[in-house]
Amino acid sequence: MARSRAFIGCLLAAAAGCGQQAVDKPGEEAPPLYASTYEPLPGEPVVIENATILTGVGERIDDGVLIMRGGRIEAVGAGLEAPAGLARIDAAGKWVTPGIIDNHSHLGVYPSPQVAAVADGNEVSDPNTAQVWAEHAVWPQDPGFAAALAGGVTTLQILPGSANLFGGRSVVVKNVPARTVQEMKFPGAPHGLKMACGENPKRIYGVERLVAPGTRMGNVAGYRQAWMKAKDYMAAQEAFDSGAADEAPEHDLQLETLAGVLRGEILVHNHCYRADEMAVMLDVAREFGYRIASFHHAVEAYKVADLLAESGTCAAMWADWWGFKLEAFDAVRENIAMVDKAGACAIVHSDSDTGIQRLNQEAAKAMAAAQRSGIEVDRAGAMRWLSLNPARSLGIDTQTGSLEAGKMADVVVWDGDPFSVYTKAEKVFIDGALVFDRADTARQPVSDFELGLVSLDGGAPL
Amino acid sequence: MSRAAHLAAALLTLLAPAAQAETVAIVGGRLHTLGEAGKIDNGTLLMRDGHIVAAGRDVPVPEDARRIEAAGKVITPGLFDAHSYIGIIEISLVAETNDSAQIGNHFAAAFDVADAVNPRSSLIPVNRIEGVTRVASAPVSVIPPPGTFARGQMISGRGAVIHLGSGDDYLVRRGAAIFAELGEHGALLAGGSRAAALTRLSEALEDAKDFARNRASFESNERRAYAIGRLDLEALQDVLDKDVPLVLHVNRASDISAALRLAGRHDIEIVVRGGAEAWLVAAELAAARVPVVLNPLDNLPARFETLAATLENAARLHRAGVMVAFASGDSHNARNLKQAAGNAVAHGMPHEAALAALTINPARIYGIEDSFGTLEAGKDADVVIWSGDPLELATFAEQVFIRGIAVPMVSRATLLRDRYLDLDAELPAAYR
Repeated sequence: MARSRAFIGCLLAAAAGCGQQAVDKPGEEAPPLYASTYEPLPGEPVVIENATILTGVGERIDDGVLIMRGGRIEAVGAGLEAPAGLARIDAAGKWVTPGIIDNHSHLGVYPSPQVAAVADGNEVSDPNTAQVWAEHAVWPQDPGFAAALAGGVTTLQILPGSANLFGGRSVVVKNVPARTVQEMKFPGAPHGLKMACGENPKRIYGVERLVAPGTRMGNVAGYRQAWMKAKDYMAAQEAFDSGAADEAPEHDLQLETLAGVLRGEILVHNHCYRADEMAVMLDVAREFGYRIASFHHAVEAYKVADLLAESGTCAAMWADWWGFKLEAFDAVRENIAMVDKAGACAIVHSDSDTGIQRLNQEAAKAMAAAQRSGIEVDRAGAMRWLSLNPARSLGIDTQTGSLEAGKMADVVVWDGDPFSVYTKAEKVFIDGALVFDRADTARQPVSDFELGLVSLDGGAPL
Repeated sequence: MSRAAHLAAALLTLLAPAAQAETVAIVGGRLHTLGEAGKIDNGTLLMRDGHIVAAGRDVPVPEDARRIEAAGKVITPGLFDAHSYIGIIEISLVAETNDSAQIGNHFAAAFDVADAVNPRSSLIPVNRIEGVTRVASAPVSVIPPPGTFARGQMISGRGAVIHLGSGDDYLVRRGAAIFAELGEHGALLAGGSRAAALTRLSEALEDAKDFARNRASFESNERRAYAIGRLDLEALQDVLDKDVPLVLHVNRASDISAALRLAGRHDIEIVVRGGAEAWLVAAELAAARVPVVLNPLDNLPARFETLAATLENAARLHRAGVMVAFASGDSHNARNLKQAAGNAVAHGMPHEAALAALTINPARIYGIEDSFGTLEAGKDADVVIWSGDPLELATFAEQVFIRGIAVPMVSRATLLRDRYLDLDAELPAAYR
């Protein structure tokens, strides 16, 4: 029993790179289960000069210099003396920002082409599927990854869908072309747990299948009952570990995930549109002693921005999606900036394989709307919505999300102001490696799926 | 003015009876006429009685005109969403507010969304204050998720052009086009094959022709059975007479070619909607003078019929001489079409061509180019004063005129914003 418990513990730690574990042959080490095998692509030290730099921490540096070496940002600032012998990029007229981080994507689990054969994003078999892991379904050949990369996205969280109260575990990946999801997994990033409020669970279960939950009351009862079970499960485990009980509880993948949240190892990402529901979910979190890392699709966050600030909960938002359902009826263009202004952690997210390609434009629209309404926000401030704040929601903000010495060199060189509709990402670096170059087709990844599908018949090349 | 006073004023404007078309002169801006005069810097636009009187460099401003100084501003015609559901869907997933499709097989071509249009829809202010003044509202033909509202038809029905101004004469052109599905979705609706969809569409058109020639014998029940009903046969006459186009939803290049052959065989005018792979058959489309209504942002192989989708689609079609109009399919955010157009420009489409795809081209497609789509004398005064380049993200519409009436620049969303700007106010937001 004790050995199996260690195995489960390893499962929980897998996201962070599981340590060694019991193996059949003593003396041999098995590779960790489900761990990241990500290795940065080969890169060389680079100095980017003469750039307008948005560092992602609210700062703008004109005529700035950024030095990347060994996959890390070595230095960033104005008037820096670049060491000799480094490859140089003259970025006069260009802008440099941290890589964009999307904390809400379904790339790989709802890939292109959108056919049933690869639609793996929603385990719609029970309102609680906390036991499923998105990474077990991510298809690295989704052409959407490369399209997002061309939009400057260097890191993304891939979530299960929102059909269920508990959708399952998310995975955070570096946006690099890979054969396996393990080769993409962001080293050390915690798992997330996708939860969903509101219309989706009650429609999919109550309306379509006539089972619970059929109301928002049923939703909340479903969360609370599950958390209570998780607490009982943890107590039974502790009792067994301390010798107070003879039997360990039966292994339960679902409760392992919930227990991981209660232990603070897994971050909650909660799909929740309405202000009043967010307030209820904050109470549920308080009742059971966990934190909600971020509300997603928080269309009404502006109504409770103060509550979000107080609780330290991020709100991930669209710039302007609205009206597709009633809980999305009260959208305002200023939502993101109003949350930011209240001192809460504001994030621009996509939930879309096309939206993820232009998150900078979404931030630009939100910024412009805010400025028109008299809310003070500039490009340097709005950049946080795209990088550092989503990094914070994912628990990776000490490693990436801003251009600061020592952080991962996840960097985008834009051919102009990234808040302009005409601007494109020109070069994208992940851990200091050039992973996309608009000027060099040899540095533009093409998925296996797309290869040879269209242009072999003599038609115009893509 | 206090916020309460602001709100009161805004509400009054919202609730006031339809304002009168003014005589207005917009002076000193850059006019994108989209007509023969092209771009005019430091121009003057004069509107009176709901129409444009003149747009040019040396237009005298009458004494009775309200003069709007527009130096540094950009003036364009109102924008036109070429494929929309504005007025027929309020909240997509609230079935009671969704009139975009009908369940069952009662009608096809005869289904006419014009009869369901709600001119007081909340989508209208949200979009018009950002420059959208016309839309082609079309019936929807989608396979919805189980448990939701409706199932579409292969021939989904008649669309209408509406204006987004005030007044009960919102229908600009009823039955401006008939919409139908081919491609993957048409195949699904026709029983699982593209071939079946094409045959069924051909059959409907042949029956409609036969019906027109033999009305009397049909009425006396002496004609063979038709595949579609009487009202549908009647509705298709507009297409057979080339009064309106048949808008065919097709994406794959081979589906587009098949649609072109069908159009040739039946001697009808078609429009390609979707057109993700249209650039592969751009020469054919140009030769047949068939326009394409597309979303410039469709660039993923999201379906097997869009494997060749690219952000350069619009630019390549334009270069080949194909008329392009823009539509996103997301009518709640028709306001974002200008962003989509900006992206088309970023990927090679000339700026002026992108503006045309938002104005005069959809007007031509739906047959209202005599009254809409350019800043030229005689046209309806749908005019937008922009703070700058209309396609740029930071640009906003400072004032929108629809048929000469300055629309109130408020929407439900701006009112919501205003009541929550200050969370520390003494009384709850409901009192603001």
